[in-house]
Amino acid sequence: MSLIIIPMPDAAYGFLLMTLTPCGESVILDLPMSMPETLIKRGEALWEIPVSYKRGMRVPARIYATEKLLTSMDEGVFEQITNVATLPGILDYAFCMPDGHWGYGFPIGGTAAFDLDQGVISPGGIGFDINCGMRLVKTDLQFDEIKQHLHTLIDRLFGRIPAGVGCRGTLPISRDDFRELIEGGAAWCVKAGYGLHDDLRRTEEGGCMSGADSAKVSQTSIERGYRQVGTLGSGNHYLEIQVLRPEHIFDREAAETFGLNIPNQVVIMFHCGSRGFGHQVATDYVKLLLERMNSRYKLDIKDRELACAPFRSPDGQDYFAAMKCAVNMAYANRQVILHRVREVFSDVFHRSPEDLGMEQVYDISHNTAKIEQHTHHGRKREVLIHRKGATRSLGPGGFDLPPEYSKSGQPVIIGGSMETGSYLLVGTEGGRETFFTTAHGSGRKMSRRNAKKQFDGKKIQRELLHRGIYVRTSSYSGLAEEAGAAYKNIDDVIEATVQAGISRRIARFIPVGNVKG
Amino acid sequence: MPYRFIDNIAIADAAFEATGSTLEEVLLSAWDATLKTMVENPGSIEMKSSRSISIIQGQPDLLLHDFLQKLIFYKDAEGEILRVKALELMRKNNLYQIRAQLSGEPIDPSRHQMSVDVKAVTFHRLAVVELESGWSATVVLDV
Repeated sequence: MSLIIIPMPDAAYGFLLMTLTPCGESVILDLPMSMPETLIKRGEALWEIPVSYKRGMRVPARIYATEKLLTSMDEGVFEQITNVATLPGILDYAFCMPDGHWGYGFPIGGTAAFDLDQGVISPGGIGFDINCGMRLVKTDLQFDEIKQHLHTLIDRLFGRIPAGVGCRGTLPISRDDFRELIEGGAAWCVKAGYGLHDDLRRTEEGGCMSGADSAKVSQTSIERGYRQVGTLGSGNHYLEIQVLRPEHIFDREAAETFGLNIPNQVVIMFHCGSRGFGHQVATDYVKLLLERMNSRYKLDIKDRELACAPFRSPDGQDYFAAMKCAVNMAYANRQVILHRVREVFSDVFHRSPEDLGMEQVYDISHNTAKIEQHTHHGRKREVLIHRKGATRSLGPGGFDLPPEYSKSGQPVIIGGSMETGSYLLVGTEGGRETFFTTAHGSGRKMSRRNAKKQFDGKKIQRELLHRGIYVRTSSYSGLAEEAGAAYKNIDDVIEATVQAGISRRIARFIPVGNVKG
Repeated sequence: MPYRFIDNIAIADAAFEATGSTLEEVLLSAWDATLKTMVENPGSIEMKSSRSISIIQGQPDLLLHDFLQKLIFYKDAEGEILRVKALELMRKNNLYQIRAQLSGEPIDPSRHQMSVDVKAVTFHRLAVVELESGWSATVVLDV
């Protein structure tokens, strides 16, 4: 066994002591104070916390990260992912993706699969913003064609797609309409004239999780959400016009499959979720399950945000049906936003969206629980997968993919900060070990308050304009909170997913215009 | 009504500690902190509308949770930001009851410097404790 001492750049952390075993595994013995004392290196970008770390762990926890990302993770990640490992019915491992950071219940980036009969469902494994997700739309326009219209496009998008605290949508629907919408998802919108059938084919679940039951959601949640369809929200939610430079295509064949085949091609990417409706569904059920989980199901948990119920129980099934309503609301929300984007581009260029080649590449979900069929220890079985701040990343031939994407694998849209750009990845066969799950974004490294103290929103806006990125925002303090320096380097996150073999680079997009919520 | 934001927990969100000599004061401080998370200049909110709320809970932390959720609810459902005009706290048979008068107005981006949407009051590290010197609450908001 040899001993390696690695000096740490941050003096507060001191140093790492790493031992190498004869089989090449390394064990870190002394780590930054926030990290577990025993971490086993299982691969270039894979670390494991054994069950001996915490009483009650049923499976080890696995963190996908380069050493650089691992040492920058906050203490909440290690505490929370090992709490997840204590939940009944969990299979194989509690996973954390490279962009993992402190959440509630599960860390952001937390993923866990559960046995349908022995396992639980937990709103804390999904998050308050149920089906927060990303949508990517390509155009047949080159940057030179939009350059002179860029400010007009962003100004009109800012005017057409409500953003900011408490914003209301422009879709004139009643509460009863909304109940239909949350059961029908994006398909309801397409039927109502807000989109194309092909949009649905290129959305996870076809834009609608079946089994959504509006009788399982509260009137409070309906009141919070029915006037918010077609809105961005705030925080890290945004819409961007981006450019794909030829040197940023990493796999030309796969890019071609996704319609990315023009030099300096213009795309639109946006990030938002189920708005106040989804937040209330989560709030209602966390409270309900907290009241009942011990008395009805004798479940004991490490953190109240891990409130849960056996998946097969009436309460578990009620939450699952309500959660699906919120998933569908988010699909519908992004569908209406896409419709508005098409309207704006069509107005500005006096051409139809079809003529502009405005086709949806894909829509992916971050915060969900889904029943999926996976090959597990050599046999096919259905499992319940919680992904919180994590993305499904099906490899080639994966279920639920449109036929044209079957060979390439599932597009994975990774949003970066507004200053650094974003990525399109695809799922790989190697994703099998994470139940086909990968990262979802850059991951924060600085608190919102610190970001507000360090950065000035108006100054950021001016500097970005100088760099060729035109930003409209509903909040300058919100803009400061989303400064690029508040996030980890997205290249590091992507590199970790590639090293771990759970996804593969296809293209990188550079922002030129941003609507910030 | 004092509160202070805490930077080193749940860095993607907003956490604060609210204090007061009584539980009522802590509730009011926590309301102010939550409002401040969403509105940079809460003093700009004019007391135009009037809403009455009533909450009954068995534990002070759940009482605080439900109280702050009212602020979030009216922000989304009615597009209104509200301040607390009057608050009455009663304790009877091991239950806490709040009756409060809220007052405010619709969000007006031309006067209200809005910051970030609060999605939910989480149960993560949620605590309301009675100290020798008064009361203290720790709250993490999902934003």
